[in-house]
Amino acid sequence: MFNNFPLWPTNASTIAGDVDALFIFLLVVTGLVSIAIFILILFFAAKYRRRPGIEAEQVEGSTPLEITWSIIPLGVFLVIFAWGAIIYFHERTPAKGATDVYVVAKQWMWKLQHEGGQREINELHIPVGRDVRMIMTSQDVIHSFYVPAFRIKQDVLPGRYSYTWFHATKAGTYHLFCAEYCGTQHSGMIGQVVVMEPSQYESWLSGGTTSGSLAQNGEALFQQLGCTTCHRSDVQGRGPNLIGLFGKTVALEDGRTVTADEDYIRESILNPAAKVVSGFKPIMPTFQSIVSEEQVNQLVAYIKSLSKPATGVAGTPTIGSPQTQPQNPKVQ
Amino acid sequence: MSDSPATMEHGHSPALRHHFADVEQQRNAASLGMWLFLATEIMFFGGMFCAYLIYRISYFNEFAAGSQSLQLKVGAANTVVLICSSLTVALGVRAAQMGKRRLLVVLLLLTMLFGLTFLGVKAYEWHREYEEHHVPGFGFDAKNLIEEHPKLGIDPQHAQVFYSLYFAMTGMHAIHMIIGVGLFIWLTFMAWRGEYGPEYYTPVENAGLYWHFVDIVWIYLFPLLYLIDRKPLG
Amino acid sequence: MATAITIPAEREHYLNKEHGISSWLLTTDHKRIALLYLLSITFFFFIGGFFALLIRLELLTPAGDLVQADTYNKLFSMHGQVMVFFFLIPSIPAVLGNFLVPLMIGAKDLAFPKINLLSWYLYVIAGIMMLHAMITGGVDTGWTFYTPLSTAFSNTHVIEAGLSIFVAGFSSIFTGLNFVVTIHRMRAPGMTWSRMPLFIWAHYATSIIQLLGTPVLAITLVLVVLERAFHLCIFDSTCGGDPLLFQHLFWFYSHPAVYIMILPSMGVVTEIITCFSRKRVFGYHFIALASISIAVFGFLVWAHHMFVAGMSVYAALAFSLLSYSVAVPSAIKVFNWTATMYKGSISYSTPMLYAFGFIGLFTMGGMTGLFLASLGIDVHVTDTYFVVAHFHYIMVGGAVMGYLGGMHFWWPKISGRMYPEGWGRLAALIVFIGFNLTFFPQFILGYLGMPRRYWQYPPEFQVLNVLSTAGSTILAVGYVLPMVYFLWSMRYGKIASDNPWGAAGLEWKTSSPPTTFNFDETPVVTWEAYNYDEIPTPEEVAVER
Repeated sequence: MFNNFPLWPTNASTIAGDVDALFIFLLVVTGLVSIAIFILILFFAAKYRRRPGIEAEQVEGSTPLEITWSIIPLGVFLVIFAWGAIIYFHERTPAKGATDVYVVAKQWMWKLQHEGGQREINELHIPVGRDVRMIMTSQDVIHSFYVPAFRIKQDVLPGRYSYTWFHATKAGTYHLFCAEYCGTQHSGMIGQVVVMEPSQYESWLSGGTTSGSLAQNGEALFQQLGCTTCHRSDVQGRGPNLIGLFGKTVALEDGRTVTADEDYIRESILNPAAKVVSGFKPIMPTFQSIVSEEQVNQLVAYIKSLSKPATGVAGTPTIGSPQTQPQNPKVQ
Repeated sequence: MSDSPATMEHGHSPALRHHFADVEQQRNAASLGMWLFLATEIMFFGGMFCAYLIYRISYFNEFAAGSQSLQLKVGAANTVVLICSSLTVALGVRAAQMGKRRLLVVLLLLTMLFGLTFLGVKAYEWHREYEEHHVPGFGFDAKNLIEEHPKLGIDPQHAQVFYSLYFAMTGMHAIHMIIGVGLFIWLTFMAWRGEYGPEYYTPVENAGLYWHFVDIVWIYLFPLLYLIDRKPLG
Repeated sequence: MATAITIPAEREHYLNKEHGISSWLLTTDHKRIALLYLLSITFFFFIGGFFALLIRLELLTPAGDLVQADTYNKLFSMHGQVMVFFFLIPSIPAVLGNFLVPLMIGAKDLAFPKINLLSWYLYVIAGIMMLHAMITGGVDTGWTFYTPLSTAFSNTHVIEAGLSIFVAGFSSIFTGLNFVVTIHRMRAPGMTWSRMPLFIWAHYATSIIQLLGTPVLAITLVLVVLERAFHLCIFDSTCGGDPLLFQHLFWFYSHPAVYIMILPSMGVVTEIITCFSRKRVFGYHFIALASISIAVFGFLVWAHHMFVAGMSVYAALAFSLLSYSVAVPSAIKVFNWTATMYKGSISYSTPMLYAFGFIGLFTMGGMTGLFLASLGIDVHVTDTYFVVAHFHYIMVGGAVMGYLGGMHFWWPKISGRMYPEGWGRLAALIVFIGFNLTFFPQFILGYLGMPRRYWQYPPEFQVLNVLSTAGSTILAVGYVLPMVYFLWSMRYGKIASDNPWGAAGLEWKTSSPPTTFNFDETPVVTWEAYNYDEIPTPEEVAVER
């Protein structure tokens, strides 16, 4: 318990120093004023304690004094406000040309995707000395992306994108917390930000590229993005069963019928509300700008493969099970 | 501790409660109390009006289409019914002030009749909206809205927001009307018993204030819900 | 006026006038209703406190090893709901306010005694609903009920808990309504606005907030219940709604709510400091104006709870600026109380010790509010233990200390007995020490980055958590002690005179305890508030005899 007993968080981003400076200023100012008040009270309590024969002296008030001790605090407050506002403006204005990382938060994990296609869960690798912008959405409830070492925090909402950005200054591993209560495993939705020297980061990037067929990558993506949460084939899930979907006719909520071709699948991923399958709720979140075009292709390939029986294997394929590895992958 | 009215031997109105100095103070207190309560009701409905305002700005087309789907003539007729009920209430207060017991009872009964008519018409409207599949959570389907206004680009989700607010607001209003009718049943009974006259008609006045308030809420709801855009829409 | 000490049992007063359970359950006497509230809020205080102890026990170790995650989430949710809605919001107004407002202004009762009783019954009904929700599985959305977690994802009794708070809200509204009308219409002759005790001004300001703010919470909870039960679409982004709208509506009430919780306490502190310094309050009109300002400005700052929620930057700037404005009237009060002690004649009675504690802890809590209002800092510390420490400093270090100080101050008037002074001072000291040990480490934890509502946490946070838990056990002792000795005093305590403290205020001019109708004759007020230059101290009264 006593091995690691920090009293101050690590400073690992450009903004952390600014935040700490304002915090220390506030500590000093409020500390001094509080101590002054405590001393005054103790002093008065002692000096004017009740003694027989000595009466209190009535002092009604003093308007000049009241005005003074209203105006001066207000002035100090305005200074604090302005200083904090400047930092905030800086925090909420992402630097131009920042590297983008896509985040999808869900109960209870962080799913991150680098521009180059690298995917991570609960871990974020970034280089020192580069602006990084997070483009975040939630799949379910409100979460919050919090890295204390960077002094940044941003709530992640369903149905829209939230943004934050930072510029790491020190290599190391730092906590990533979810900071908006989100249900059972809120306190388990934690991870780490691994800040690397640029050369190490480059080698990490190249080591983590995708390989394998489109459909294989699509399947991995399908799992990674949590599609299996709703699109199940073993029990009725919140989304339609995708086994055997490709090529079939689909009835929609508004009465129309469509053929499930590549276009339909792509639209369903990027703009799910446009065509809602009859009998289902329009709860599928959009994957627009979370999946790259290349990844959409991977997904389409995978879903197409679910309509082909696996050769030489009895029984129907189920989503998420090892048997769905296509035996004859067709690279498209 | 008893707070039943003192007997006439005490030399003051039997309706005077003991903790008040005189009838004047009691009447002022009751009046202020009712106005403050109405202020709380304004804040209560205010939350929904606020939500309405925000969504109407964001989803104007769906709100306009949804508004046109409501039955304007029926809503307008209902508005007239409520305004008449406020008239009868106001006349009732006057009748109490003049000590006309029978007239007061008739006017209170008329007020309730108007109120119940309003509620009945509202039930009919809601039923028709249910048949049109416009009740969120009960087979909601915006497709007839989309068919009627093919050029507006109606998003069924946004339309659902309109109808959610429609039912929440008219539902809350209806609950307040039902409470009002209940209040008036009690009031009519007391009036019939001769409890109200020129020296003491505060309950009639205050119940009337409540009724007027519920009426005013409807006068705001009607244009906001039914009259958003009466021009032919695309 | 000094009266001879009479033994309550021989004289008729509000406690012994009628006996039997129905004389209590059907009473319209504001003093009896105050005691009914005292019983019920004490009950809920200990329930909320019990949940807090379980939370602190779980947090002794980094791992989640005492209760399951879901249970922990229910514990902190219900701790918040019970403490906010069933303890803090009613506490001073429903107990001390109900008892004292008519007495202090020279009235026989509140304006609407039956509505007062109704208000208590609404509280009880709400309490039963909340207890039922707890017993049948609890609620785990946090006391803040954020959507879409509460409307679409939680599997717990959200609807019942929400409706229970809805009912409790009406209890609060009716109390506020009663106070405003009473203060406007039922002051004794000569009791002008400027002669009212500042306790009354504080309750007036509080009541305005209760009247105007609580209905917004009511409609917000109704909308959440409707959305959850009937799948209405208002806050749910999957059907076009906006979860941020919930937050705006919720905080529009819940921020002014914190002023409901602190203003009455400030009123209590003014009464105590003037009495135990034997001085007129410094800057009466400024304190009165400050109370009203806090109520007004309190309605303009709600979105400082949403700086990282996804609001526009410009909105955030506006709310940050306004939040600093609301800090100024609070600062004025602290300075005025300190100045009231200047050249006073100060005694260290139990109520005065609580008042000292209040000023110290409220100052610290308020100062940390300055940190939170600052946008740059808030981004880092919001949703962490820094916020938890901040609001506990104000609500526990401030409001609860004020409540306990007030209970001690007016206990002779309420019960006709004195509590044991030695024990009183000891308990005050224990509370102060236990409180600081519990919550100061949490400021550090927050800046380090420990988020709120965490069932398990990284091991480097353990030492501070252990300190905090240790403090909470000491604090618990400090809270149990007054319960014990207050009960003891009702049978064995010294009989109290009409005015054992030599205090100013009309309540001290009637017997301890008062008769049912408070005053034999309606007083006529010809003096200013806090006329301590004219009132002898109890010691001087004793010497004179």
